[in-house]
Amino acid sequence: MKASLYRVLCAALVLMTPAAYAQTLQLNLTRGVTDVSQSVYSLHMYAFYVCAVIGVIVFAAMFWSMFRHRKSRGVQPAKFHDNVKVEIAWTIIPFLILIALALPATFLLIDMEDTDDSDLTVLVTGSQWRWDYEYFDYDVRYRSNMATMREQVYGNLEKGQNYLLEVDRPLVIPTQRKVRFLITSDDVIHSWWVPEFAVKKDANPGYINEAWTRVEEPGIYRGQCAELCGRDHAFMPVVVIAMEPDDFESWITNEETRLAEQRAEEERLLEMQMDMSELMSLGESVYVAQCAACHQPNGRGVPGVFPALAGEGVSVDPNGIDEHIDVVVNGVRGSAMQAYRSQLSMRELAAVITYERNAWGNDTGDEIQAADIHNFIQGNNN
Amino acid sequence: MSTVVDTHLDHDDHHDHKPTGIKRWLFTTNHKDIGTLYLLFSFLMFFVGGTMALVIRAELFQPGMQIVDPHFFNQMTTMHGLIMVFGAVMPAFTGLANWMIPMMIGAPDMALPRMNNWSFWILPFAFIILMSSMLMPGGGPAFGWTFYAPLSTTYSTDSTALFVFAIHIMGISSIMGAINVIVTIMNMRAPGMTYMRMPLFVWTWFITAFLLIAVMPVLAGVVTMVLTDKYFATSFFDAAGGGDPVLFQHLFWFFGHPEVYIMILPSFGIVSAIIPAFARKPLFGYASMVYATAAIAGLSFLVWAHHMFTTGMPVFASLFFMYMTMLIAVPTGVKVFNWVSTMWRGAMTFEPPMLFALAFVILFTIGGFSGIMLALTPVDYQYHDTYFVVAHFHYVLVSGAVFSIMAAAYYWLPKWSGYMPNEGLAKLHFWCSVISVNILFFPMHFVGLAGMPRRIPDYALQFADINAVVSVGAFLFGFSQLIFLAVVLKCMAKQGDKAPAKPWEGAEGLEWEVPSPAPYHTFDTPPTIEEPVR
Repeated sequence: MKASLYRVLCAALVLMTPAAYAQTLQLNLTRGVTDVSQSVYSLHMYAFYVCAVIGVIVFAAMFWSMFRHRKSRGVQPAKFHDNVKVEIAWTIIPFLILIALALPATFLLIDMEDTDDSDLTVLVTGSQWRWDYEYFDYDVRYRSNMATMREQVYGNLEKGQNYLLEVDRPLVIPTQRKVRFLITSDDVIHSWWVPEFAVKKDANPGYINEAWTRVEEPGIYRGQCAELCGRDHAFMPVVVIAMEPDDFESWITNEETRLAEQRAEEERLLEMQMDMSELMSLGESVYVAQCAACHQPNGRGVPGVFPALAGEGVSVDPNGIDEHIDVVVNGVRGSAMQAYRSQLSMRELAAVITYERNAWGNDTGDEIQAADIHNFIQGNNN
Repeated sequence: MSTVVDTHLDHDDHHDHKPTGIKRWLFTTNHKDIGTLYLLFSFLMFFVGGTMALVIRAELFQPGMQIVDPHFFNQMTTMHGLIMVFGAVMPAFTGLANWMIPMMIGAPDMALPRMNNWSFWILPFAFIILMSSMLMPGGGPAFGWTFYAPLSTTYSTDSTALFVFAIHIMGISSIMGAINVIVTIMNMRAPGMTYMRMPLFVWTWFITAFLLIAVMPVLAGVVTMVLTDKYFATSFFDAAGGGDPVLFQHLFWFFGHPEVYIMILPSFGIVSAIIPAFARKPLFGYASMVYATAAIAGLSFLVWAHHMFTTGMPVFASLFFMYMTMLIAVPTGVKVFNWVSTMWRGAMTFEPPMLFALAFVILFTIGGFSGIMLALTPVDYQYHDTYFVVAHFHYVLVSGAVFSIMAAAYYWLPKWSGYMPNEGLAKLHFWCSVISVNILFFPMHFVGLAGMPRRIPDYALQFADINAVVSVGAFLFGFSQLIFLAVVLKCMAKQGDKAPAKPWEGAEGLEWEVPSPAPYHTFDTPPTIEEPVR
């Protein structure tokens, strides 16, 4: 599996080299890598040329008259102020031009919206500020976070080549297959956009939108959230790896096995106690990835927007352990706090709660173990 | 019931008699005073909103976060939009309407002078409420000026309540202003001033006022729903309670698209006054200008969902809104062709109002072209929510609406102040503005096509060069406006050449038949109009 992924990456690098040069100053829409995106590009250029020709004619007439018909040249102004024939002509001709633009747009749109007969379906769920991917017909689901480090954003580290456009776990799709995306959201409206596929669809909470693509060439394709979704809207990239169908099959089978093993391992580890330093270091890494965007790395939150965890609230309440677990596991309805039960393992949940109860001088000394989380969830179910 | 009152009895008493000091401005019912208040308020808001734009551009000068926090950045984009739309452009047009409509139709004042005072004086309070909400814990509104639910409901801070209240007050102000314009035009035209003899500025404002009355209540409704969703447990926009977040967008844009034309139709009127004046030739196709304005206004109610192509509409709805949107290009094209034909074989001179009017025609048309491209649903999927859209609407709003307001200011400042605007400074202002506005907004097309989303405080490295250029343009444009401020202040300080009653050779209309500056009361006795006044 690793070898094939490596091959794809190499191929993508080779493919991307001309694009990387062009990337230094891209001035036009991408042609993209699908039939649809190429048609979109053609329609874009067609519309542009039509506008450019009209613009040249209108502005030429205007500038001609600005240079020739100026008082300083001693001209006498004409008196005409109406001409029905001309006025009818310049009402009808633009109308015909518009029809010539609308026709290809209509056929292309009907094609783009036809999501029937897909070979693979992926459920894409946006949430502040990450994407979740869930494959239909496979037992594979995972979360995709931005991988760019905050130190790069705040100028403490040099910015990498794919600054803000890199994720920890990209979406993987097969090439030469019609892939259907079902797009929704857990909180506010997001918009899933990959320019090279010409796919942009809003993720509306409580509703499901459809889109599709069929990528011909393997490669890595990058995009980002396109609808203002709160504080970290800029930090919600989309990365898609397209693989040959065979590579994809082996990747997803491997992934299924790996995720199943991970769950089994978790069951086994339930009985194992982690010591404080282990809990704190795992907790910190989970906190930085999942929680710090809102509650801030120093736990102070954003006053009036995101509550502080340092020194106040449930995280320093000695009797608040159950409530604390409840907030993290089940989320808080009607707020930005989402449920992490299906996003994090029980070890990670235990570690991050322990971290929040002991970091930043909270020092409650409470140690929460994976078994506590397990018992809490079981207790909730009964 | 009607009563006949002989106003001539006390005529001499109240002529030019007015309270002095702050009371004059607080209690004034004079259309010229209220027009001045509106214009000065709008000028102040233009600088406040512009400063916010400069904060945005300073942060975007380089990739990475350097100056502000992303949450504060979002407050800046939100407040910049709200202040420029509701605080700068709309009050400027209302100020122009107040000053010019009574003089253009030969009326002594607006029909409802006390309401006129009220509709202005609630505005400063609306903006004090809106801007002071930024001092609350969690800051002011940060969900974009379009305040899409549920970002503005479940996920917003408590400043939302103040935001909603401020929008309500602005809406009431606009509705009262619009009622006043309609009542004035319908009832107070001088004898012989038939509808088809009215100057186009009056016509375009007449139609704009109907748009305002039609859509402002929709805005009031949608902000109220946001309020009750957030505080009173309704779920208009929450699927969990049977609502739909996309419903918000339908309601908002049913207001929002006509709103766009509210901000451009009066511009058409201004430019249709200025181009004939400096081309010394009658406006070409007066009647078709009126019909085109009405057509644009009518179509504006049928295109709202072109802002929402990516929300997942049925194909046939998308097609309908695409066709309707493209159709707007026809009447808009008619207007541009008419302006060019007005110039054709005229005898043009290029004083500051004309320079701004010509720049308006060219740059607004460029915004119109990108509008046609955006109307095409399949390519809109690529353009939507990118800087291509930001470029488009700033071309029509800044180098469109705002340039027309500047043209109007230069055209009528002699009438308002009695002094000619300093021509050298005004031309310097024009050239600085027209060059920098293109450095500012033209490259946004490129960065948008290259894939940069709007409303982001930080961006990928391939967008860095163009963003640096755009930010330089923004600061040049922003500081160029200080020249405009200097010109206006010089006129207000009575510096420069005294203006004759009709300072522009080719200008036509009743406003040029009264002295400059216009006396406190004009047309106490209505004039009689025989020839068409355009």
